[in-house]
Amino acid sequence: MNPTDIAFQLAQNTLVVLAAPLLMGWVNQCRAWMQNRTGPGILQPYRGLVKLLHKDAVLAHDASPLFRATPYILFVCMWLAASLVPVLAIDLPLAPAVDVIALVGIFALARVFISLAAMDIGTSFGTLGARREMLVAFLAEPAMLMVFFTASLISHSTSLPTIVEALAHKEFVLYPSLAFASVAFLMVLLAENARIPVDNPSTHLELTMIHEAMILEYSARHLALIEWASSIKLMAYVTIGIALFFPWGIAEAGNWAAVPYALFVLVLKLTAAGFGLALLETLSAKMRIFRAPEFLGTAFLLAVLGMLVHFLLEV
Amino acid sequence: MEIFAVLGIPLIGGILLALFGCRRWAPELNSAASFATFAASAALTAKVISDGPMLAWNEQFFVDPFNVFLVALTAFVGFTTSLFSRPYMRIEQHHGKLSINQLRLYYSMYQLFTFTMLLALLTNNMGILWVAMEAATLTTVLLVSLYRTPASIEAAWKYFILCGVGIAQALFGTILLYFAAEKVLGADGTALLWTHLDTVKDQLEPTVLSLAFVFLLVGYGTKVGLAPLHNWLPDAHAEGPTPISAVLSGLLLNVALYAVVRSKVLVDGALGTEFAGNLMMGFGLLSVVMAAFFLSRQKDIKRLFAYSSIEHMGLMTFAFGMGGPVATFAGLLHMTVHCLTKSAIFFAVGHASQKAGTQLIDGIRGLIKTTPTVGWGLALGSLAILGMPPFGVFASEFLILTTAMHTHPWATPFLLVALGVAFAAVFSKVQPMVFGETTEQRLPHPPALIPVFVHLGLVLMLGLYIPPYLADWYRQAAALIG
Amino acid sequence: MIPFSAQLVNLFAALLLLIAFAMLSQRRILSLINLFAMQGLVLSVSTLIVGLTTQQHHLYYSAALTLVLKVIFLPWLLHRLIRKLNVKWDVETMFNIPSTMLIGIVLVVFAFNLALPISQLSGTIIRSTLGIAMASVLLSFLMMITRRKAVPQVIGFLAMENGLFFAATSATYGMPMVVELGIALDVLVGAFIFGIFFFHIRETFDSLDIKHMERLKED
Repeated sequence: MNPTDIAFQLAQNTLVVLAAPLLMGWVNQCRAWMQNRTGPGILQPYRGLVKLLHKDAVLAHDASPLFRATPYILFVCMWLAASLVPVLAIDLPLAPAVDVIALVGIFALARVFISLAAMDIGTSFGTLGARREMLVAFLAEPAMLMVFFTASLISHSTSLPTIVEALAHKEFVLYPSLAFASVAFLMVLLAENARIPVDNPSTHLELTMIHEAMILEYSARHLALIEWASSIKLMAYVTIGIALFFPWGIAEAGNWAAVPYALFVLVLKLTAAGFGLALLETLSAKMRIFRAPEFLGTAFLLAVLGMLVHFLLEV
Repeated sequence: MEIFAVLGIPLIGGILLALFGCRRWAPELNSAASFATFAASAALTAKVISDGPMLAWNEQFFVDPFNVFLVALTAFVGFTTSLFSRPYMRIEQHHGKLSINQLRLYYSMYQLFTFTMLLALLTNNMGILWVAMEAATLTTVLLVSLYRTPASIEAAWKYFILCGVGIAQALFGTILLYFAAEKVLGADGTALLWTHLDTVKDQLEPTVLSLAFVFLLVGYGTKVGLAPLHNWLPDAHAEGPTPISAVLSGLLLNVALYAVVRSKVLVDGALGTEFAGNLMMGFGLLSVVMAAFFLSRQKDIKRLFAYSSIEHMGLMTFAFGMGGPVATFAGLLHMTVHCLTKSAIFFAVGHASQKAGTQLIDGIRGLIKTTPTVGWGLALGSLAILGMPPFGVFASEFLILTTAMHTHPWATPFLLVALGVAFAAVFSKVQPMVFGETTEQRLPHPPALIPVFVHLGLVLMLGLYIPPYLADWYRQAAALIG
Repeated sequence: MIPFSAQLVNLFAALLLLIAFAMLSQRRILSLINLFAMQGLVLSVSTLIVGLTTQQHHLYYSAALTLVLKVIFLPWLLHRLIRKLNVKWDVETMFNIPSTMLIGIVLVVFAFNLALPISQLSGTIIRSTLGIAMASVLLSFLMMITRRKAVPQVIGFLAMENGLFFAATSATYGMPMVVELGIALDVLVGAFIFGIFFFHIRETFDSLDIKHMERLKED
């Protein structure tokens, strides 16, 4: 592990963390445009974060240390997850430490803490949100794992850089199994990031909200961290999606000259992904919470189908 | 040449009747076309008997003793049924059950149905065989719903969906068959011709063919009415007009069984095992037993005889499944006598229920007093179908049973019990219908029942004495099937 | 390494399966018809690709036939029918979709296993898609069983025919032309009869729901 690698890893981490609210802002802006609104501008999430950071935190009387620690844990988890995904170049020094299964584990860890924190205060909304979050998660997680397994079957490895390497830099092959996996992954992405049709990030209607219900009691810097972590999570999912299904353009191991080009391609891909996400959210309607299991069950089945198709067509 | 006459006459007849089916002379035209078809098929039969098997039109059509015998039978029963339907449908029209346009549909589809069956029998191409079988469903489905009652529409829908699904399985089987054949015969379009397949059958890939046969058996078996795929059959028979019940039962089921047997010949050649035969015996036995036990629960006379058809089709499938010269001979004989007897019964039942105004068994009583000819026709027909000597059904069932005792003794008790149960069920239901007390008056005009007695006379003759050329012909066909 | 055109056909095969699943879980009749048209398009394009790569000229005609019949004509007919019958916005209540899908997965595994020995014998470049063809036939079959309304049942029937057609292409580069024409004719006539039936059913039962048609059964 040489210093350049470490520097690159740090640079990528910083970039991802700093750019995450921008992606969120872009998605929101696109949605506004599609709904014939002017929109707050793509920098709005930053302004929101700055505003929240300047406020004084209010904590409930019964809040335990867990409640206070959760925003930091959440933020660190998401940051770690995002830094494991190869977005610009393949050889990340941190990457060999964990593989895709661990990545899913990191997301699960974050989820456990936020759910515990939501129940910690003892308000009914927090408990309700935590339960719903768990309902969604226990179906989304296996689907996510199945998607990863399909990709690992192609590259014979569960390490994310190896998967990306196999998909991006070997001879171009069409993988029908990945077509299934990508649809499944998209569904998981929508559910995990509390987007329409599973959850609506911009509503506080008690009948429908999931994610927002859990963080109702947070304020100021805690809330800022959680919001930021959410945008990093979205960023992490989108970059995972890019890495698995559209990896072309990423720099090869050791080839630093390709990084600027990779950056350019990445920006293009993120822009397109954000636009697509907004389009999807505009076109679909929020479904009833009890339809969510059906939605995620479908995602899981699609991922399984992808694996089956892999065995049929690609071995 | 005769082949084209056999196929062309019903096709042209169908088109003409579609145009002129509203005219007063439409029934006569229908009968005339059927008679011409029968005459052409008789000529074809004579030619095949004297010259042996023949091919026509780029080998697309093929006639051998096996299918020419079915062609003659189909054309004959098609002709007698058209004679029966002439007064029958007129009365239905007078009763206001059918409009003139529905009658036009009936006559046109009747001829087209005959055409599809003859095409299925005469074609040499397994793919066209499939197309013709599907077309036979399509032509009859609107006839089953001819009365437009809720029950008839339901029956037709069921018939359509179930047979459609079944026939799709048969298409998959045909694709697999083509797949196996293409490797041996090449892809120049001859790979589905039965005559070509027959010559290379021992080179066909056994795994593929066994799978293909499963699909073909399930697919065409649905149309044969084999249990557990028989659900459509009683409904379609009970709700359609009686002439259609007669031809469905007497002819269509035979043609579907013909398709199964043709496939079996190929599969046997490729596999060299009893696989296909065992499968057919299993399905056949299941149908016989299942149908026999359902017979006693029927309240509708046409449903009763529909179940009887399932039973007999099962028996034939069982016979062809056993294979060997005697069993196949018996199967062919049973095909003939069942076809003749069952259509005769449906003619009699049609008149009886038309007079009584109901198809319920309880509603029809004392036929012997009101209309003696119908009563005798039904009584004799039922005795014949139940396998009473001296009718032909007895001879064929006797042969099937004795062969089963020799080669597959385990099956005999099932068959005997099923035949016994069937006898008890049908006899106990038909007896009061014929001889029971009735308050109704004797009808002034006896109905014309010539077809019934012609059919029963033939069945009686086949029971007492099979003419040597006919027996020889059956033997040739049996040798072909193996 | 499989050639690129075969990869493309494999991808289309996967799409075909995906559409078959989408049809299985689709509640709205209108979307169902659109999915059916899409399936026809996928089928037609993949047939064309196979024809182009293998120089099997009769496949061009098959592709054209599929395009005209299953992408343009039948969907048009169905659209017209549901407009006339006023069931355009009909939504079907179905029994538990996830369990239906789970059964679907089992069927897919079954079909893949069944097709494996056969596809190994085949000489075509796209032989491995035979399993997918078989799976989509079985899925359409499942769809027909689980549906309670007449129009979806018919779409299931037509989709099953699509699967069979794909099976013929993938195993043997299509059936002889005369057979294919005959099958197309049957499908066409069948579709017309279905159309007539819809009106009869509606006239008689005031609804296109098959649940009204459960009178004929053994008691």
